[in-house]
Amino acid sequence: MKILVCISKAPDTTAKISFTDGDTKFNEAGVQFIINPYDEWYALVRGLELKEANNGTVTTISVGGPDYDPIIRKALAIGADAAVRIDAQPTDSYQVASEIANYAKDNGYDMVLCGKETIDYNGSQVGGMIAELMDLPYVSLAVKLEVNGTIATIERDVQGGTEVVEVSGAFVLSASKGMAEQRIPNMRGIMQARTKPLTVVPASGSSAMTEVVSYELPPAKTACKMVDAEDMDELISLLHNEAKVI
Amino acid sequence: MSVLVFADSNNGAIAKSAQEAIHYGSKIGETTVITYGDVDDSALAALGSYGASKVLINKTITEFDGQKLSKLVRAAAESVEVIVFAMDFSGKSISSRVAAGLNAGMVSGALSLPDTSNGFIIKKAVFSGKAFANCKINSAKKVIALMPNSIQVETSDAMATVEEFSADMGDSTLSVKEFKAKGGGGVLLTDADLVVSAGRGLKGPENWGMIEELANEMGAATACSRPVADIGWRPHHEHVGQTGVAVRPNLYIAVGISGAIQHLAGVNGSKVMVVINTDAEAPFFKAADYGIVGDAFEVVPKLIEAYKKFNAANN
Repeated sequence: MKILVCISKAPDTTAKISFTDGDTKFNEAGVQFIINPYDEWYALVRGLELKEANNGTVTTISVGGPDYDPIIRKALAIGADAAVRIDAQPTDSYQVASEIANYAKDNGYDMVLCGKETIDYNGSQVGGMIAELMDLPYVSLAVKLEVNGTIATIERDVQGGTEVVEVSGAFVLSASKGMAEQRIPNMRGIMQARTKPLTVVPASGSSAMTEVVSYELPPAKTACKMVDAEDMDELISLLHNEAKVI
Repeated sequence: MSVLVFADSNNGAIAKSAQEAIHYGSKIGETTVITYGDVDDSALAALGSYGASKVLINKTITEFDGQKLSKLVRAAAESVEVIVFAMDFSGKSISSRVAAGLNAGMVSGALSLPDTSNGFIIKKAVFSGKAFANCKINSAKKVIALMPNSIQVETSDAMATVEEFSADMGDSTLSVKEFKAKGGGGVLLTDADLVVSAGRGLKGPENWGMIEELANEMGAATACSRPVADIGWRPHHEHVGQTGVAVRPNLYIAVGISGAIQHLAGVNGSKVMVVINTDAEAPFFKAADYGIVGDAFEVVPKLIEAYKKFNAANN
């Protein structure tokens, strides 16, 4: 079983968000970067569980520069067997998906696993685009994945519940919360990660179709109005007459 | 500009997020809707009230098959410039497929209409709601996935024309086996105008009765913080925050949630936030519009009574 897991770099969830160069660039100063949580906690760990149960391999793939290497080493420390980094600056979902699809289509993976979205651009696009470009089925927002031979049984979030789908043959999936439990790399894993292969491949030259022209921060909140805990009629009145939300 | 909007149906009704997408599309240009399944022609014609001029329906697709549906939408999108989806469960499933298939640039989580004064620029939330990006689409065809609850829908008396639509959708290697409804029914969290949410301050899952009662009275959806979902007091699908669901209701009431930055990331699209917490120093108060320092077990029952009184007087 050959499993490909897409890994993206994202600012730590507690990072302070600010911008530079006339609000056109994310300010990376002092920001700690991590593996995008959905990619790590759910897609990667479920991939590792399946590999362990089925005697397979997990390869991670990322589109990024050398600044990606620390988070890729972490994925190897958690348990991936090998890593591929496509050497290009990621600019939009289409470019990233095309680069990954171009690499993956000749390598016979049984499944391509992604997180449901990155926590920086919140696009939720790359998985579906890879599926389209590789002409494979795509199961979005998956919370459960079981594989039996060539049949995968996947449970995914839908309006008002979950849906169980069966896929035969290769597929692309985006993983959501519930798929697996986070794994903390141990010392042995960290040592082994140093010698595992991290292959850097040149980009195929896919170009982006969108660009960010500027960023904005939300306007500062006005001060919180305190209401007496004994006087909930006052709160209801404020919500009705002042905020007009009920 | 000609616009195509994909509208998902749910038990024969067009989803609220899809109504928003139709209305959004109609503000951009002449709007055609593409949908599928078992929906009454009268309900389809009524989509004219949201701004659709024409509705295309494929009745041969009866279940949500992303492979077939994305081919259907692509076929319908042949001569249009802008394709709009709601960024809900179904939109997330097929919109990016359609975009890649059409060689179209895509913006998801759109919060504004496109500004066409200098290209085609759309505002979207980034960094899990902590900032916004103005994204420019440079391709000829453009795909937009609209964030639910981000525009106000206005309706008219207009009716749309309805046509059956078919396309070569090929075979699918995917089949839907079963639908499992979430327990409790109630209001869908991502659609909800009002959300009542609670956290560890409630001390145990047995204490959620009052939260559910308040939500029921108000017609609100229930939600929770991450620790509460992680320890199994509440189901994962109720987890609101950076790594859970992001919500944008008109009113978000947080009970016993301290307001960690990861939680705020999932709720800061809310129009008004009310925070109830015993700790006056809880960071959530800095983000809130209205705050109550007090014990949830005393405040919430009072709030339920006050709301009942208000409701009786106003309805």
